[in-house]
Amino acid sequence: MKRSVIAAAIVGLCLAVFLVSIGFSPVSKKSTVAKPEDNIGKQQAQQARGAYLAHIGNCMGCHTRQGGQPYAGGHILETSIGTFVTPNITPDQETGIGLWNEEDFWRALHEGKGRNGELLYPAFPYTEYTKITREDSNAIFAYLQSLPPVQQHNPPNRIHFPFNFRPLIYIWRALYFEQGIYQPEAGKSDEWNRGAYLVQGLGHCNACHTTRNPLGASQGEILGGGQLMGSNWYAPSLTSLQEASTSDWPSHEIVQLLTVGLSSRAITTGPMAVVVSQSLQHLSKDDAHAMAVYLQSLPKTAPHSRGIAPELTEEVDRQLQHGNKIYETHCQDCHGSFGQGAPGAYPPLAGNRSVTLASPINVIRSILYGGYAPVTASNPRPYGMPPFAHILNDEEIALVLSYIRNAWGNRGSIITSVQVDRSRKGAQ
Amino acid sequence: MIWTAPLVFLFFIQFAAATGIPPVNAPDTMAERVKACITCHGPEDKKGRDAYYPRIAGKPEGYLFNQLRNFRDGRRHYQPMAWLLKGLPDQYLRDMAAYFASLKQIFPPPEPMSSSSADIELARKLIAQGDPAREIPACVECHGNDLMGTAPFIPGLLGLPRIYIIAQFGSWQNGGVMRGQTSDCMSEIAKQLTAAEANVIATWLAAQPVSESLLKREHSAVLSEKMARRCSSIVMQPPELQ
Repeated sequence: MKRSVIAAAIVGLCLAVFLVSIGFSPVSKKSTVAKPEDNIGKQQAQQARGAYLAHIGNCMGCHTRQGGQPYAGGHILETSIGTFVTPNITPDQETGIGLWNEEDFWRALHEGKGRNGELLYPAFPYTEYTKITREDSNAIFAYLQSLPPVQQHNPPNRIHFPFNFRPLIYIWRALYFEQGIYQPEAGKSDEWNRGAYLVQGLGHCNACHTTRNPLGASQGEILGGGQLMGSNWYAPSLTSLQEASTSDWPSHEIVQLLTVGLSSRAITTGPMAVVVSQSLQHLSKDDAHAMAVYLQSLPKTAPHSRGIAPELTEEVDRQLQHGNKIYETHCQDCHGSFGQGAPGAYPPLAGNRSVTLASPINVIRSILYGGYAPVTASNPRPYGMPPFAHILNDEEIALVLSYIRNAWGNRGSIITSVQVDRSRKGAQ
Repeated sequence: MIWTAPLVFLFFIQFAAATGIPPVNAPDTMAERVKACITCHGPEDKKGRDAYYPRIAGKPEGYLFNQLRNFRDGRRHYQPMAWLLKGLPDQYLRDMAAYFASLKQIFPPPEPMSSSSADIELARKLIAQGDPAREIPACVECHGNDLMGTAPFIPGLLGLPRIYIIAQFGSWQNGGVMRGQTSDCMSEIAKQLTAAEANVIATWLAAQPVSESLLKREHSAVLSEKMARRCSSIVMQPPELQ
């Protein structure tokens, strides 16, 4: 039985490779009569547009390892199905995509197929990129081809059995992949549609902000929040008012959060801070506004699970008092005695939804390891949060966090030292 | 992005008006911005539950900048530093390095030394003359005659806890400080030293007082050509600092 499934899959694969190879034989370039300088101008404009789009899609974020050459790959993605090492997408002929053409690139983005028609693992978010238009795809390709080629061999992916059997991706795709460019919704403004295109397609927000099943497929509601694969971070729901929905925010404040990395209500941390500094801060004013309009309009949903606030028994009260003492010693200087924070530097903790999230993993992590707000053009030298992993023990972190989650009008579940310990051990 | 600046101000007003609670004042200084660093590398020698946080005040700017980059990019392996610095661009790391390099901070009192006179003699000899037979250069050759470092890339060795120096020797010996750097002069030198030698050097260094005049002196800026060549993996570097 098993064998016949595999055999069928192999036949399918061969057929697909065959179809792909006849479907995409090299196209002859149409000769157009134009002055050479016009062409150069057009080419430069296309590359410039591609550069912008590549930034907004944050291609560099995955295709560059920390401290490495831009776009030369080597970045590691840990997932439930294995470890992926991102490829070199500079135009080096041997180690990059120097031998690719526009068509190859389009097929990767739109259909999730490699240059030889092989099916790509969806660690490359073609489930989102399929919505990108052909024109944008060509522009991004033109930009990538204009980069200096970098010769860099990256180590191969290490994918667990049985997922290393590529034809299984056929089944995966049949279940989870819907190919097709973004279709504007009639009755919505151009701005809204532009925002939807950016959020759903190029920005691939749903790659993180949703729950994934063990096969790595987005399974939760769109933008409904979920834990990042292979990492101890939770990407909050963009639709729940208990999490990171912005439906009750003024749009300019959403723009500020996306492009500066902090606003008076929220601050981006962890992987989102990286996305802001690498990508979103480069959004044009119009595109940032379009994204804000779309995000604001997302349907409101209930959170995955609500944190259950404790009953104020004597024991709980004692714990919170103890947490308050720790807060006064270590947190109050920056976050204030009323959790009010310092605008532009230290986020308020009173009314801060990321503090009271049902899943405490982000806030535990922030206390353990600290971190900086993203560096952006309008915030080039952000303020930072110190790590406390070596200063406070698990019990103390649990106490202070329980206090913060239940002070100044906040309500959230009590955190235990076991949760902190788990975070220390599972951090990546 | 200039258009966002007025917004920050606007929210400030809004928050204060809505709650009646004045926000915390965060001064617009580097000292405030590096608060995240000084829970470990603090001025009053505040330590966490283990004592391996070295003094960084007054070390050469280029050295600090390189270490920040090495930590961020995983070449020098210490996960908490990598997490803290994740995503910060070179320019900001340079600002941080310049800030800490400019601090003229009082040194901690020297640690007591109960070594035998033979050990002290051995430490002095290795530090001042090295051991040419084993290709061990004198410490002073790179770290300066006063052992306060050489601008811009070589750190000073005084004011560090003995236990920290011993741990660093251990890491140099087993390749734990700079992973993947093939030609690494300090690693080669550390491998030549016996555990006993590393121990007496660390003990001697930690026991040296630092006078105020030494603290105020500028870093000497000459690294011999021979050592610069031998240690090219350490002194590699950003053109603007050369």
